[in-house]
Amino acid sequence: MSEVPETLRYVDTHEWVRQEDDGTVTIGITDHAQQQLGDLVFVELPEVGRTVADKEEMAVVESVKAASDVYSPLAGDVLAVNEALSEAPELVNQDAYGDGWIVKIRPTDPAAAEALMDAAAYKELAESEE
Amino acid sequence: MLIFEHSRAGRRAGSHLAPNAGKTADIPEHFLRKDPPALPEVSELQAVRHYTRLSRANFSIDTHFYPLGSCTMKYNPRACNTLAMLPGLVDRHPAAPASHSQGFMACLFELQEMLKEVTGMLAVSLAPMAGAQGEFAGVAMIRAYHDSRGDDERTEILVPDAAHGTNPATAVMCGYKVREIPTDAQGDVDLDALKEAVGRQTAGIMLTNPSTLGVFERRIEDIAAVVHEAGGLLYYDGANLNAILGKARPGDMGFDVVHMNLHKTFSTPHGGGGPGSGPVGVGERLLPFLPIPMVGENGDGYRWLTEPDCPQSIGRLSAFMGNAGIMLRAYIYARLLGRTGMVRVGEFATLNANYLAARLRQAGFELAYPERRATHEFIVTLKRQAKEVGVNAMDFAKRLLDFGYHAPTTYFPLLVPECLLIEPTETESKESLDGFAEAMIEIEKEARTRPAYVHGAPYTTPVRRLDDVRAARELNLAWSGKQSAQDDVPRPLKRQPRVG
Repeated sequence: MSEVPETLRYVDTHEWVRQEDDGTVTIGITDHAQQQLGDLVFVELPEVGRTVADKEEMAVVESVKAASDVYSPLAGDVLAVNEALSEAPELVNQDAYGDGWIVKIRPTDPAAAEALMDAAAYKELAESEE
Repeated sequence: MLIFEHSRAGRRAGSHLAPNAGKTADIPEHFLRKDPPALPEVSELQAVRHYTRLSRANFSIDTHFYPLGSCTMKYNPRACNTLAMLPGLVDRHPAAPASHSQGFMACLFELQEMLKEVTGMLAVSLAPMAGAQGEFAGVAMIRAYHDSRGDDERTEILVPDAAHGTNPATAVMCGYKVREIPTDAQGDVDLDALKEAVGRQTAGIMLTNPSTLGVFERRIEDIAAVVHEAGGLLYYDGANLNAILGKARPGDMGFDVVHMNLHKTFSTPHGGGGPGSGPVGVGERLLPFLPIPMVGENGDGYRWLTEPDCPQSIGRLSAFMGNAGIMLRAYIYARLLGRTGMVRVGEFATLNANYLAARLRQAGFELAYPERRATHEFIVTLKRQAKEVGVNAMDFAKRLLDFGYHAPTTYFPLLVPECLLIEPTETESKESLDGFAEAMIEIEKEARTRPAYVHGAPYTTPVRRLDDVRAARELNLAWSGKQSAQDDVPRPLKRQPRVG
């Protein structure tokens, strides 16, 4: 059974979104997603400063099984990427909601994250797939 | 142990060939190396033992049942090899003039004709060196077609989500954006999503039929109509041609271009570098763009068709005419089968897959598409076993090695969780299929009674379970010449970003 923190927002492509106090959001892939992928061997990160659209492919996570796109859950500008993942992609497996974060984005619409799925809705989705 | 580690300074093996007398090359003195190259110095016996040992450590179609889905690991008849090695074929120099190559060119010409007939296309070029290059040639021709019409708004290639990963990679290589088309619950392309996706930006669609889900795309004619109406072209990935060989033809389904993997469907050696061969066939629209050279015939003999004959060709893909030795083996295979044999390939490939699917289903295994008839391959999902006893598809695959079976394709297609993609091919007997089914049943029992044992498999292979995560994270591809394999310290290499 995978972990789904109550305080985060989610999308059906298995990314999580954390609303930060400064109006930015932090994004990663969920615990369920990392379990399905298995051990990651490579993470391709977007360039800082890039503008991403809602649902646009912005990163790639590659495991022994498969390579998958990571989609931006909302539109905005990429403020920072987790450089540590280039050397240690396993951080996503070890701590999907903490050290395994992927990008920080400044959303075009500051309220965009609130429209996304809450933990209960995502839990249902993840369980239906497990 | 590498052969370099057997090396002792000064040890030699004699040559079987007479030494070449005198200078044969006109390479200037200052380009000639002064020091001998760092080659292993071993005796003939050491070389023989080394490579014999390596060959025995391997799984191959000559030693084991090899149901690797989507790869068509069928037996390569010895006759094809023997006949392709006839001195008149082997000793022909690739630069020999056409007048001295008529027999060889006749074989290639007839192979072009046979591939045309079996795919229902208007013309075939044998030039692509392997499947990936065949795909590249196919999409490059689609691009050349749109360019020749001044239609430069077409920027997208549609690829169903069940496709081989090579399809989106090829589209990107040819400068296209990829748009994914979903699959419906029955394993067919989602026609409504396709209708929404096509438009003036559509250059074409890349389809495998039967798809990698092991089912025949039932609405292929509707798909062709939708894509053609939008001005796009249809590309047929020949990876799964074995299932329909002699039974159905991509040309009749409305495809504009196909590539064939001779190393799959036409039984030429496969894997480990093959080499492959990926001929392309086209319909009327793409006729002018075929890669060269091809073999033409004009009443008094065969001739190479090159730039002057094909001014709009996408060009040459290699120095000569493709992998000649492989094309000869495919030619002989097709001649040995004949028209009736070709039909039996498709029939028995399908029969074997359906028999094995039915046996596994009766034994309680879950098929991914139980309502659909399997084509030449089918998918078992071990989702239930993974959830209930923690034994997943990879564990089954590894344990199968101990039973003397090469593992089926695992974790592909990506749409089906914990999947094994199983393709027995037509060359297996009922007994070998039964043996495989019994091994699966036995592993299922083990998974329930002693799962830890299955997690530890394989036990009988020269190397046990490999750490494929570490192997991928810390690529180590070059022998440094200093340490032995045991204390090898891997040096991390920077991964290249993927395309597609």
